[in-house]
Amino acid sequence: MNNQTSDKTLLSIEDLTVRLPEGADRDNAVENISFQVNRGEILCIVGESGSGKSVTANAIMGLLPRPYVEPVAGRIVFEGRDLLQLPEATLRDLRGSRVGMIFQEPMTALNPVMKIGDQINEVFDAHGKAGRKERKEQVVELLRSVGLPDPESLGDSYPFRLSGGQRQRVMIAMALALEPGVLIADEPTTALDVTTQAQILRLIRKLQDDRDMGVMFITHDFGVVAEVADQVAVMQLGEVVESGPAQEILNNPQHPYTQRLVGSVPRFEPPEARGKLSAETLLSVRSLDKTYVTARGLFTKGRTVQAAKSVSFDIRKGETMGLVGESGSGKSTVGRCIVRLLESNGGEIRFRDEIDLASLKGRGLQPYRKHIQMIFQDPYASLNPRRKVGRIIAEGPMAHGTSQAEAHRRAEELLELVGLDSAVADRYPHEFSGGQRQRIGIARALALDPELLVADEPVSALDVSVQAQVLDLLDDIKQRLNISVLFITHDLRVAAQICERIAVMQLGEIVEYGDTREVFSNPQHPYTRELLAAVPGRNWSIPEVARKAVADQQLQKEVL
Amino acid sequence: MGKLSFIARRLVKGVFVLLAIVILNFLLIRLAPGDPAQVMAGEAGAADQEFIQQLQEKFGLNQPLHEQLFIYLKGVLTLDLGWSYRQDEAVATLIFERLPATLLLTGTAFCFALTFGVLLGALAAARVGRWTDSLITVLALVCYATPLFWVALMSILLFSVYLGWLPGFGMFSVGAGYTGLEFVLDVLRHLILPALTLGLFYMAVYTRMTRASMLEVMEMDYVKTARAKGLAPGRITRMHVLRNALLPVITLAGIQAGQMVGGAVLTETVFAWPGIGRLMFDALLQRDYNLLLGVFLVSSAVVVLFNLVTDLVYTFVDPRIEVS
Repeated sequence: MNNQTSDKTLLSIEDLTVRLPEGADRDNAVENISFQVNRGEILCIVGESGSGKSVTANAIMGLLPRPYVEPVAGRIVFEGRDLLQLPEATLRDLRGSRVGMIFQEPMTALNPVMKIGDQINEVFDAHGKAGRKERKEQVVELLRSVGLPDPESLGDSYPFRLSGGQRQRVMIAMALALEPGVLIADEPTTALDVTTQAQILRLIRKLQDDRDMGVMFITHDFGVVAEVADQVAVMQLGEVVESGPAQEILNNPQHPYTQRLVGSVPRFEPPEARGKLSAETLLSVRSLDKTYVTARGLFTKGRTVQAAKSVSFDIRKGETMGLVGESGSGKSTVGRCIVRLLESNGGEIRFRDEIDLASLKGRGLQPYRKHIQMIFQDPYASLNPRRKVGRIIAEGPMAHGTSQAEAHRRAEELLELVGLDSAVADRYPHEFSGGQRQRIGIARALALDPELLVADEPVSALDVSVQAQVLDLLDDIKQRLNISVLFITHDLRVAAQICERIAVMQLGEIVEYGDTREVFSNPQHPYTRELLAAVPGRNWSIPEVARKAVADQQLQKEVL
Repeated sequence: MGKLSFIARRLVKGVFVLLAIVILNFLLIRLAPGDPAQVMAGEAGAADQEFIQQLQEKFGLNQPLHEQLFIYLKGVLTLDLGWSYRQDEAVATLIFERLPATLLLTGTAFCFALTFGVLLGALAAARVGRWTDSLITVLALVCYATPLFWVALMSILLFSVYLGWLPGFGMFSVGAGYTGLEFVLDVLRHLILPALTLGLFYMAVYTRMTRASMLEVMEMDYVKTARAKGLAPGRITRMHVLRNALLPVITLAGIQAGQMVGGAVLTETVFAWPGIGRLMFDALLQRDYNLLLGVFLVSSAVVVLFNLVTDLVYTFVDPRIEVS
């Protein structure tokens, strides 16, 4: 990027280095980084976890946990002053008034025991702006400007009454209360559903336009970059490896790391059909119902939520069937009912066309359990931290009568199958990265030679480059072992890449169900259309050079 | 509306809980070997069958168990908790004579513990890692770990025996004939040692809890939001950290407030404080079953009541409670 400041420059980071405490995985969180945020532009800082994006944002806001994490060199120039040299009191004045910030987790970013209006009011209070009556009007005006319903009474509500998207709107209203010159948004849409994400992105775009603000937008998602960025800076391990205008970076990435990142983004178009699918049905779900009852007391009836309403679909032998939908659509509930981690309230789960799993209980179910195995979303919480990896994988077969020696031998084979060294069987889960743990989770699921894998958001917690590798692995294993996969995801890009057929769920019901290519190219249900339209960067086609970079890297690995 | 029906529901639930406690206590005490008639007859030196039967008839102990229970329950509903054979006085009268003294002692101890516990805990959390924090943490640990009766005895020894500053016995100076303000001051002087002794332990608990809870809340996203808004540190601590950190402290304090009323036995005994704790202690030694049952009932009622109060307070301090 043009590393010269111009008239348009609002915020300029110059050769910033932030030191990490001793014993961290590297000396500096960020090293010698430079970029500018210009008036009327959105600068996207892109990078994977650990690249130093958030540290940079916190350094600008003066929110670093100093002196453990300490800026040691460089300048952060804002409105002619170096923020690193300002005393805390002056910096505090700038925070919230000249520089606003919003965070990733809207569910936890608002004080749960304080009214929305009061929380916004605090901003005026802290910076001594506006009189009491004026403020009330301004709060209403702000809530209106971020598109919240019923702004007059919303100020009197507590955060728990609001959805994630609405809370993020409140956060934005709060950050913009005093019309700051720069807004720093740290992964503001990562925790949101895709349709909500699209709305929030549009909102940020609009407000930025209206107010001629500069926005520093931190994200790991190149789809989002394609959607909002004017300028882009790509960070890797604390360094800016490439920066420039968004169109340049998106369509003609130069640095190998950028190329790999861009190339790892799953293509939005489903690939051509891969060979003929087997017509044999492995599992058929018929009219599956699941109702949750919450808060039932001695005298209260409790509230019921129908998480699955008469859900029906088939999974054929050897296919990947996608179950897509937003949070709360009931997709995980359906998956858990099939694995029988949950009891359904009605309907059939017919396995190999011979036995209804939903009707089996206890001992009768036991022999069938091994045929259907699960892969979980969170690679950190789904492995017992006090068990060695080999033991974790061997436990299932041992429960089904395999001898300990045989089960451990098999565990080592499986570790190699999922691309890990068999010697790691003696290690504990905390010694592995997220991607490696997910590989262990896959090995565990495969240990019982299942015919069906239920994978519940297996790549959602992973960085995009790791995500691509795990998806490849799943696809490879599925073909090699000829197993079927029920792939539960909220990410339509991922679904497009890996699923032969998909079922779209909304509020507990399947609203559309069919061949992935057909559903994508000719969606019938309005909700499917809405979902597809909300996928960030859907009009951006990933450049060939990036695809090639990923393929080359893959090849290199295989040769080595 | 929502709050009223909430209270009503909880009250009804509380009544059922109390009923269950009364029945359970009644049966448990009847399970103990020997009945009061035998004990009394034995102590009177005339344990012949006829006298025992006479006593049993007098006290209704010859009737079947369920009828005895029924009679007792009927009495309880009209606040008639039976007759103390030992003290020759209605149980209810005995208890309600003593209850104010207990409430005064535990109430003072509780207020002291909560106020200073939260203050010290908040101070320690704000100065985490510095010497103030270490000092408070160690102090809390010592108060927490030292047995109550030892603190009681040592404080009597130090403040009343050696230094002679404070009385270490009773609730007022017997025979001094104080009235008005003088009487109040006299009671207050008597109150200091037992209240502090009882309160220190609880203060330590609240200190530790407040400190831990605040440190946890300080890591929350909304505290970061508050900092990003440019709020002053003092305001962040008060409005964002403390308010949220106090929620678990309130829960704990609510549970303990009820327990304290029935559980001040040790303190009341050591300081000869004329409360229901000592009444229970005496009743236990004398096998005064009706009195014992009465004390159990009243202290359970207080626990149930305080739980209800805690829930109510919670609906005010935590807006999320209403819905769940």
